[in-house]
Amino acid sequence: MLVKKAVGFTPALADSRWVKGLLIATALAFLLLFLVLPLVSVFVEALRRGTDAYWAALVEPDAVAAIKLTLIVAAIAVPMNLLFGVAASWCIAKFDFRGKDVLITLIDLPFSVSPVISGLIYVLLFGLHGLMGPFLKSQGIQIIFAVPGLVLATVFVTFPFVARELIPLMQEQGNEEEEAALVLGASGWQTFWRVTLPNIKWGLLYGVLLCNARAMGEFGAVSVVSGHIRGETNTMPLHVEILYNEYNLVAAFAVASVLAMLALVTLVVKSVLEWRFGAELAATRH
Amino acid sequence: MVAATTSDAVLPNTGGTVLSVLRKPSVLPGFGLTLGFTLTYLSLIVLLPLAALALKAAGLGWSGFWDAVLTPRVLAAFKVSFGLSLAAAAINAVFGFIVAWVLVRYRFPGDRIVDALVDLPFALPTAVAGIALSALYAPNGWIGSLLMEWFGLRVAFTPLGIAIALTFIGLPFVVRTVQPILQDLPPEEEEAAAALGATRWQSFRRVVFPALLPALLTGFALAFARGVGEYGSVIFIAGNIPGLSEILPLLIVIKLEQYDYAGAAAVGVLMLMASFVLLLALNLLQAWMRSRHAR
Repeated sequence: MLVKKAVGFTPALADSRWVKGLLIATALAFLLLFLVLPLVSVFVEALRRGTDAYWAALVEPDAVAAIKLTLIVAAIAVPMNLLFGVAASWCIAKFDFRGKDVLITLIDLPFSVSPVISGLIYVLLFGLHGLMGPFLKSQGIQIIFAVPGLVLATVFVTFPFVARELIPLMQEQGNEEEEAALVLGASGWQTFWRVTLPNIKWGLLYGVLLCNARAMGEFGAVSVVSGHIRGETNTMPLHVEILYNEYNLVAAFAVASVLAMLALVTLVVKSVLEWRFGAELAATRH
Repeated sequence: MVAATTSDAVLPNTGGTVLSVLRKPSVLPGFGLTLGFTLTYLSLIVLLPLAALALKAAGLGWSGFWDAVLTPRVLAAFKVSFGLSLAAAAINAVFGFIVAWVLVRYRFPGDRIVDALVDLPFALPTAVAGIALSALYAPNGWIGSLLMEWFGLRVAFTPLGIAIALTFIGLPFVVRTVQPILQDLPPEEEEAAAALGATRWQSFRRVVFPALLPALLTGFALAFARGVGEYGSVIFIAGNIPGLSEILPLLIVIKLEQYDYAGAAAVGVLMLMASFVLLLALNLLQAWMRSRHAR
């Protein structure tokens, strides 16, 4: 995000040393209090009883099942939204058509819906007392309180990540390169694989990274559709909640620390992408 | 596939005559395929389920809807959710602005790490944030014990705790909307202000701040909207006492657990409506400010 411009700050823009010091101190104190301390406390609490208790909490069967389920759900939800993101940005960025703005707004819609509502809508649709509940039951299909429900809720909350990253990027890049490839005789798929994809690969990776972080960490939406069956429909964040409510704090923070490490890795990779390939990510991203 | 356009000659079976009415001509293939997939996927995942929510709430009827929503418990949760989100967004507007200012205008050791860290609330799962904050602010926690000792202040399991969690969640929104605008602000305007004899404070108040205000308001609105819907980071620290520290999303969960699907849907629709009205109002305010600023 931060692209330091060599503005070589002119005297008119220089604040006095006092103001500068005070503002930096305020900002750092605020961030220390609200960001750093919570992060550090996760690891401190997790290791409170030593490394043995820490490992025991992670290799316990229910924890292993939760880790596996989280990976399975993300492994289904992220590729789905990846495919959607590429398709949506192709038709939105490469073509001019009526209703485009409405389409973009609708794609962003899941971000402005509360996670709990994101889960609720699927319960209303597929739950036992939902619109399609009786039909699904007669067919012996279970969606809510099962893996399909978890995947659907996760897909919903991570829906816009890849698309909103790629749309501005592909709009910036324009159509000239693809048109040249087509004129030179490439097929549509060849053009996509050899021209478009190499151009958007870092933006794509960036979108997938954020999508994955949210998919693995989502709590509210999956909590509503999961049913909290230990060892079966508990993802890692839900497992953290159960352990915490049982006052098994060391175990709760141990599992939480794995999620926190995932968040840190995400932040590092994200920053590296921004520093190394800032120009190849969309400039209009926020 | 009747009357293929040029694009269809390159890659067949992508767009027919119907679609070419919709869009401007282009030699690129794949419009029909990708738009069709996009619309189908969007409808199945987002639009139909949201329609189910509206349908369920509508099933209550007009008076039934208001009966479900205008109960003391829902109204109290409404006040808690919206009031504390507003407070947290206000805190973030102040401190987020300072953070953005410091990151753009000053160089200091570790500034890049600090910049990367600002996105932590986006990356950290909300449940992890929730238990970490409640451990920190509990009466025996690092910060909670100090606040207790110095001020006799209880934070965890009170509305104050909710405000703390919502501040954590909303911080990146303000920083990340103000930061790029501040970065692209042309230095010439401030130089001109200084050359004309303005003090630093005057040039900030009259030149810089008005240019940043729309972005600040956008960040404020985003943080606010996120706060209203937030669940994971809040429920651990809130204490969840009905009428005092119970938030709207939790009320939906409670209604669902009691199999009151229609009631849950009604509260959901109320939340969506309120957020929509608020964001609309803020958009209008912004448009008005931009037109005033441009004149």
